[in-house]
Amino acid sequence: MAWLDSLSPQTQFVFFTLLKIACVLGLLLTLVAYAVLAERKVSALIQDRVGPNRVNLPLIGSIPFLGQFLTKLGFWHPLVDGVKSFIKEDFTPGHVRKIYFWLAPAISLVPAFLVIAVIPFGSTLGAQKMVIADLNVGILYTFGIVSLGVYGVVLAGYAANSKFPFLGGIRASAQMISYEIAMGMSVIPVFLVVGDLNLGKIIEHQAQNGWNVLPLFGGGFSAQSLLLVPCGIVSFVIFFISALAETNRLPFDMAESESELVSGYHTEYSSMKFGMFFIGEYANMFAGAAMMTTLFFGGWTLPFFGLDVAPVAGEWWKGLLHIGIFMGKMLAFMFTFMWIRWMLPRFRYDQLMDLGWRRMIPLALANIILTAGVLALTNR
Amino acid sequence: MALPDALFYLFAFLTLLFGALVVANPFSRNPVTSAMFLVLTICAMAGLFVLLNAFFLAAVQILVYAGAVMVLFLFVIMLLDLKEEQRRKINLFGIVTGTGAVLGLGFLLTRTIWGGDLNQSANPRIIGDTKALGLELFTKGQFLLPFEIVSVLLLVAMVGVILLSKKELK
Repeated sequence: MAWLDSLSPQTQFVFFTLLKIACVLGLLLTLVAYAVLAERKVSALIQDRVGPNRVNLPLIGSIPFLGQFLTKLGFWHPLVDGVKSFIKEDFTPGHVRKIYFWLAPAISLVPAFLVIAVIPFGSTLGAQKMVIADLNVGILYTFGIVSLGVYGVVLAGYAANSKFPFLGGIRASAQMISYEIAMGMSVIPVFLVVGDLNLGKIIEHQAQNGWNVLPLFGGGFSAQSLLLVPCGIVSFVIFFISALAETNRLPFDMAESESELVSGYHTEYSSMKFGMFFIGEYANMFAGAAMMTTLFFGGWTLPFFGLDVAPVAGEWWKGLLHIGIFMGKMLAFMFTFMWIRWMLPRFRYDQLMDLGWRRMIPLALANIILTAGVLALTNR
Repeated sequence: MALPDALFYLFAFLTLLFGALVVANPFSRNPVTSAMFLVLTICAMAGLFVLLNAFFLAAVQILVYAGAVMVLFLFVIMLLDLKEEQRRKINLFGIVTGTGAVLGLGFLLTRTIWGGDLNQSANPRIIGDTKALGLELFTKGQFLLPFEIVSVLLLVAMVGVILLSKKELK
């Protein structure tokens, strides 16, 4: 790597940032493709079916054991789904508003990828921090970007210029605004406890004092950590429910709601434009899962075997292990998302609004006051 | 020209361009398009805040204005009857009052800039991280009272809205 050392620090910075962006984006898109497969397999598991097990590739399929195993696993389905999306006819109905119709899928896709930029997905690898942009206002940035995600859905509903998509768009805008408030308020206790908005600092704090969802292990037992336990759990539960609502997942998928609105905001979309909404939904789920991992579940740390400190020089295996730990936690949340989707029925719209405004926002406010009280009384 | 300067001119140009397209778009008189250009104006303005080291303000600008207030704008616009708005031609009264307001504001701004001392050092008074902003707002005493009064004003407005939107008063 002599040629790398010969570059100026700025050029190195640009090089490594571009490298990280390429790796993260590539990995994320692959994960999204396989999340769709996982969703189908999980639904099959829950409904006692086999799930997708048909696609067979000519050469690899004839490898004695492995080929059949991969086919049974449905391993090639994402590939086939992708090819299908691209070669299907991209039909634009005559009555749509063309510019917004083309813009909406892109707008729903971009914010999900932008959020990933500030997530620390590992400790360090070599001299590089495993985060694309180490912002000091990390959480606020993510909330700002997440709040822009609603435009994709709203504009899709508006662009379609017909009744069901329009209703879907209107519902989505009201729902996402409402739950964004609850979501934003549920992380304020985390700010209060940690005292920093930088996501890396939040992970550092959790490595020393225990995960925010259950701040018991790590820093040892004290009155403060015991009193903060209910605050952490309430914050996390509100954040988790809001994340379900923000990503338009069941039981909150009022914007799509196929039994009432045909297919909601993306009724008029076909082929890859529909595919972009689909990718956007799953990328948003990954962003939400990554946020929960970082804010409440200690990010890339584990509280035993010395895995909660950044590796020193030469311990590159530890850096890789940290990335693996982060991925493991994130995928566990993804599984929970899917599990919930196939277990629960959809809320009615008035129930959804009632839950958001009359239950979760007051509860989140009370939780802020409780956390501040605990911190003030136990002298921090 | 250094990179921050180039970025300043870029964001300033974009802010002005998008701002102009909000009120006078030659291609479309669709209110939704105007609202979307307002979102872009706000985003470009957040870029200017970043250049001033006010990261907190930039994030909050996007979060509150682009992410929440403008979505509510869109929500209301989409529920209104848009056809009439699109048909309406430019009216004289709007042009006269609009130009008057712009000229007046421009005059005030120019007066202020010419009257001020531009040779001060360009160091920002507070580096715009959240802690410094919070300390400035809540402890120094200088801004505490106005800040709290504004929050009470917001509370009054909120109570007023809830009262007005109730269908029947008991």
